Amino acid sequence: MSAFFGKLMQSKKNQIILFIAYVVLAGAGLFLLPDSTIAFLMLLFSILILYHLNFNLRAKWISGIVILAIIMPFIASQSDSYQTYMEVGTLVGIYCAMALGLNIVVGFAGLLDLGFIAFFAVGAYSYAIFASEQASKFMPFGHYPLPGGSFWIFIIVGAAVAALFGILLGVPVLRVRGDYLAIVTLGFGEIIRILLNNMDHPINITNGSMGIASITPPNFFGISIGSSSQFYYIVFGIFLVVIYVVRKLENSKLGRSWKAVRDNEIAAQAMGIPLVKTKLAAFAIGASFSGMMGVVFAAKQMFVDATSFTYLESTMVLVMVILGGMGSVPGVILGAGVVIILRTQVLTNISNWLSSISADYGISIPPAISPEKMQLLIFGLLLIIFALYRTQGLIPHKNRKVNVEVLKKESAEAALAREKATSGGADS
Amino acid sequence: MLAHIIQNLPQVLIDGLTLGVVYAVVAIGYTMVYGILELINFAHGDVFMTGAYIGATILFLLMGFGLLSSLPALIVFLIVIILAGTVTGMLGVGIERVAYRPLRRKNAPKLIALITSIGISFVLEDAVRFIAELKTGNYIITAPSMFNHKFNIDIHHVLPFFNNATFQASFLLVLVVTIIMLISLDLFVNKTKWGMAMRAVAQDRDTASLMTINVNRVISVTFFIGSALGGATGVLFMIQYGTINPYIGFILGIKAFTAAVLGGIGNIRGAMFGGVMLGLLEMFAAANLSIITNGAMGAEYKDVFAFIILILVLIFKPEGLFGKAVVEKV
Repeated sequence: MSAFFGKLMQSKKNQIILFIAYVVLAGAGLFLLPDSTIAFLMLLFSILILYHLNFNLRAKWISGIVILAIIMPFIASQSDSYQTYMEVGTLVGIYCAMALGLNIVVGFAGLLDLGFIAFFAVGAYSYAIFASEQASKFMPFGHYPLPGGSFWIFIIVGAAVAALFGILLGVPVLRVRGDYLAIVTLGFGEIIRILLNNMDHPINITNGSMGIASITPPNFFGISIGSSSQFYYIVFGIFLVVIYVVRKLENSKLGRSWKAVRDNEIAAQAMGIPLVKTKLAAFAIGASFSGMMGVVFAAKQMFVDATSFTYLESTMVLVMVILGGMGSVPGVILGAGVVIILRTQVLTNISNWLSSISADYGISIPPAISPEKMQLLIFGLLLIIFALYRTQGLIPHKNRKVNVEVLKKESAEAALAREKATSGGADS
Repeated sequence: MLAHIIQNLPQVLIDGLTLGVVYAVVAIGYTMVYGILELINFAHGDVFMTGAYIGATILFLLMGFGLLSSLPALIVFLIVIILAGTVTGMLGVGIERVAYRPLRRKNAPKLIALITSIGISFVLEDAVRFIAELKTGNYIITAPSMFNHKFNIDIHHVLPFFNNATFQASFLLVLVVTIIMLISLDLFVNKTKWGMAMRAVAQDRDTASLMTINVNRVISVTFFIGSALGGATGVLFMIQYGTINPYIGFILGIKAFTAAVLGGIGNIRGAMFGGVMLGLLEMFAAANLSIITNGAMGAEYKDVFAFIILILVLIFKPEGLFGKAVVEKV
C-alpha cells in the first residue's frame, strides 16, 4: 500500500491531481455537511499537505493563499456557523503571528520569555484606550474616541509601543544570566497585568478591572468592520506580512547572529556579534508582532480587560512554539493552528458531547472531568512529552543549506577575477 | 504618616515573619536544586501546593475516623506534616526521575529542562484541581481549623507608640516548626556525610563522581529533601491561612525564587535570610503602600513590589546578598 502510494506521489502530475482531489473532497464535505467541524479541519489540513508536496515555492504560496482567502471563506459562508469558522480562522491568524514573534525570541535567539502576552496586552490597550471614551478621562486635548479609520495607523502604533516595551524590558534584563531571564520576564508579564488591572486610580488610564468597553470598530473606506469574516481578511493580510518579514529575517545577518547567540553565546561574542544589541533586536521585533495583533484583538473583541492576558496565555504561545518546533517557521504556524483548534473546537466539542451523553443516557459525568477544564493538564503534558521525546517539534527547523563545492568555486573565481584586475592595473 | 507606620509595625512584623518563614523554606527547595543542577525548578511551587492538599486530605480522613477530636491537636499535626512531607518528597524524587534525569542523560540544553518543569507545574496544578473537584465538587478547600486560639500582645502598654498586635496559635507553630526544619537542614548539609556529598556535587559534578559519590542518588536525595520541606510548608500554610486552591503554588513559588535570588542562589542560609526579608518587605508594603503614596497605590501592588525587588537584585547584585560572584567559563 505504502509502496503504491509512494510511486503515485513520485510524479508531479499525480501530486497535483491528488491534491486538487483532496481539496475538492474536503470542500464538498464542508459544503454538504456545513456544521461539521471535521470537514472544516480537513480543509485546513490541506495547507499542511501543500507544505509537504514538492511544488515550487511560488506555486505553493499561490495555492495556499487561494485556498485560505477564497475557497475556505466561500464554502464556509454557505454554512450557518460561518462566523464561528471565521472566528476560529481569525484567532489562528492572531496567534500564528504571536507565535512567530515568540519564535524569534525563543526559537532563533534562545531567550525564554514567559511574559510574552504582556506585549499583546500593551498593543490591545493602546488601541482600546484611544478608540473609546477612556482616553478623554485623562488626556487634556483631542476628541475621543478616535474614528475607526485610525485603526490602520494604530496597527503600526501598537507594534511600535510593544517594541518600545520590549526594549524597556530588555535593556536591564538582557544582561542577566540566561536562565534568570525566564523568571524576570514572567515577573514582567505579571507586573503589566497587575498594572492594567489597577491603573484606574489615581488617574484613570485603563479603567481597572472593569476593562474598556465599546471600542470603535475599524473603518475601511467607509465600511465599518465588525464581523469575524471581515477581521479574517485583516488578520490574514497582517499574517502574510509577518511571514514575509520573518522569512527575510531568518537568513539575514541579524537572523544568523540570533542563531549564533542561541547556539553559543561566548563564541558568538568572540566573532564580533554585539550580544545585547542582537538580543534587544529579537525582543523588540518579536514584541512588535505581538503588539500589532493586540490592536486587532482589541478591535475584534470591542472589549479588553486584564483577564485576557494571564500567565496561562503566555505559556499557551510557548506551547505553540515548542509543539511546532523551535526556530521552524512552518512548524510554529502549525503549532499555533493545532493549539487554537484544540482549544476552541476540539475540547469544546468533546465537552458538549460529554454533557449531551450525560443528559441523554442519564450517566452522570462530573463536571470536573470536562476536557475544557483540563487545558492545563493537556498542554502541560504536551510540553513535557515534546521536551522529552521530540525536542525539535512537529516540523523540525532546517538551516539553509550551502553547497560547499559551488561556494568554493565561486570564491576561487572571484579571487581569480580580482587578481586579474589588480595585475592588469599594475601593467598599465 | 510616620507615626501611623510605626504604630502598625508590631502587627506587620508578626505577619511578615509568618509569610517570610514560609518563603524561606520554599526558597530552600529552589536554591538546593539550582545549586546542584543549575535548573529553575518551576514545579517546586506546585509541590508546595500539593503538600497543602495532601495535608488537607489527611486531616479530613482523620476527621472521618473521629480522631481529630480524640487526639491532641499537636499529635494530629505531627502525623499530618510528616505524612505529607514524605509523600511530597517522594513526588519530588518521582518528578526528577521521570522528567529531569532523561534530559540530563541526553545533555539537553537548559531551555528544554526549564520548559519541562513548566509542563510539570501545569500537570500538578490541574491534577490536584481535578481530584479535589471530583471529590468535593469545588477545588477551593477550606481546611478544618486548628490552633486558632488568639493571643494579644499588649505592647501598647509598654511602648506607647506601638499599637497592640494579635496573632494565632498557628503563628507560633509555623515559626517553631520552620525554625526546627531550617536548623536541622543546616546541620544536615554541613555536618553529615550526605550533606558533604551534596555540597561536593554542587561544586563540581564530574569530580564528585570521581570521588566515588553516586551523583544520581545525591540528586534524588536533594529532590527528596527539598520537596519534603516544601510539602511540609504547604501543610503549615494550610493551617495558618485556612483556605487553599491549586494555584497558590505558582505566585508563591516565584516569590520564593525571588527570595532565593535575594539571598544568593545556591546558598542555603542566604535563602533563609532572603525569605524572611522578602516576607517582611512584602507585608510592610501591603500595609503601608497606600499611606506612603497617599492612596495612589494600595495593597494590590504588593506582588509588583516583590517582582521589582527581583529585577533590581538581578540587575545590581545578581550574585545575591550572600552569594559568590560566578565567572562564566568557556
